[in-house]
Amino acid sequence: MSEHVLDPAETERRKKALLDPLFTNNPIALQVLGICSALAVTTKLETALVMSVALTVVVAFSNLTVSLLRRGIPSSIRIIVQLMIIASLVIITDQILKAYLFDISRQLSVFVGLIITNCIVMGRAEAYAMQNPPWRSFLDGVGNGLGYSMVLILVAFVRELFGSGRLFGVSVLPLDTEGGWYVANGLLVLSPAAFFLIGIFIWVLRWFRPEQIEEGN
Amino acid sequence: MNRGPLYTVLFALAVALVCSVLVSSAAVSLAPRQAENQALDREKRILEVAGLLPTSGAITREVVRAQFEARIRPRIIRLETGEADTSVDVEAFDPRRVVKDPKTSRVAPANAAQVLRVPTHARIYEALDDAGGIERVILPIEGKGLWSTLYGYLAVDRDGTTVRGLIYYAHGETPGLGGEVDNPRWRALWAGRKIFDAHGAVRLQVVKGRAGPPEADPHRVDSISGATLTTNGVTHMLAFWMGEHGFGPYLAGLRGAAR
Repeated sequence: MSEHVLDPAETERRKKALLDPLFTNNPIALQVLGICSALAVTTKLETALVMSVALTVVVAFSNLTVSLLRRGIPSSIRIIVQLMIIASLVIITDQILKAYLFDISRQLSVFVGLIITNCIVMGRAEAYAMQNPPWRSFLDGVGNGLGYSMVLILVAFVRELFGSGRLFGVSVLPLDTEGGWYVANGLLVLSPAAFFLIGIFIWVLRWFRPEQIEEGN
Repeated sequence: MNRGPLYTVLFALAVALVCSVLVSSAAVSLAPRQAENQALDREKRILEVAGLLPTSGAITREVVRAQFEARIRPRIIRLETGEADTSVDVEAFDPRRVVKDPKTSRVAPANAAQVLRVPTHARIYEALDDAGGIERVILPIEGKGLWSTLYGYLAVDRDGTTVRGLIYYAHGETPGLGGEVDNPRWRALWAGRKIFDAHGAVRLQVVKGRAGPPEADPHRVDSISGATLTTNGVTHMLAFWMGEHGFGPYLAGLRGAAR
């Protein structure tokens, strides 16, 4: 097995697959994918974290499966085959959440099911896993999942802390409505707040990495 | 490489087969656990709408079970007369099944809530006070919203007209719009409203614009912006289930006893 003796180029490619999606090629910040769920599930850290784990698991395993089958998939039906694999993984994830994390699965409501339509999953299957070997595709999936998770958790951290004075449901800034001193910022609980926060995140990221600024305008 | 249409069809079939086996085995093997979660969640919601959920401390499975056992008494009533019927087993009663059986249900008269069949019997829950007397009753309601059927409970004081709370335990409305029927702030608007006017007609409804406090404006509740059709559905299902084909006779009995 040539797999055991890794040439440095392959190691480098694997590292890139895993780490690039964090800052260099973040799925939300650069590719602006998966925004809708990022708005919906980030009022609380708990839901954001579970959603992040669910998406990371789905994108990693869909990449792995698609990559394993990539030489066999007839190109005329490849999108449907990818979708079938993704949909199955999402349904299984949803069933597991319903069985073991019922309350959180209630709060996530339709958004777990909507991972199927999350462009990150489909985008990575089509753009990466169809051309790359399984292990590297898996790492690419984990990397993209983590890139998505990072943004989600950052946004949820700010929204939960300043919107409801809590972190993971534990009161950090005592609210004036409950006898404390902190007046909650109601805007942060509403969906548009996530837009502003993601916008600020993209701005800061591109300030440090000017090469991500799009041309034109 | 072109492998021909037969290969494509066989490949699609094989993937479909593997996927369906995986999905169905996950669904079947996890079903008992999910059903248990759902039952527990229903009990939790009944306690919540009755105002009996502990306000402090963690709400664990054991807490819910113990509180439900101690403070809630399920009872089967005959809808037509509103009287309790002990000949039906209260534990084995399955509301979703009885409406499918012609022996235990009938076709509903035309109604805006789009309820298709009404059962002859219903399971209600009596919330008991510390002395074991009936404090309020919890009635199951259901009806169409915008996309889905909403299933919930209405808690009514033992006077048979004052609402204590409304809660939904299953629906498929849009999160952020119709899904806001779950919002605790909106649900809090229901407490203290009256279902019936002085003549015994169902008056409770959701209205656009601002409804006053319960004392001044007893029959109206603010609607949710962006959820007109869902909240219209709430009005319709209240009209149906509090009316003569639903719990009307039962509540009339409560009002008579309270007077």
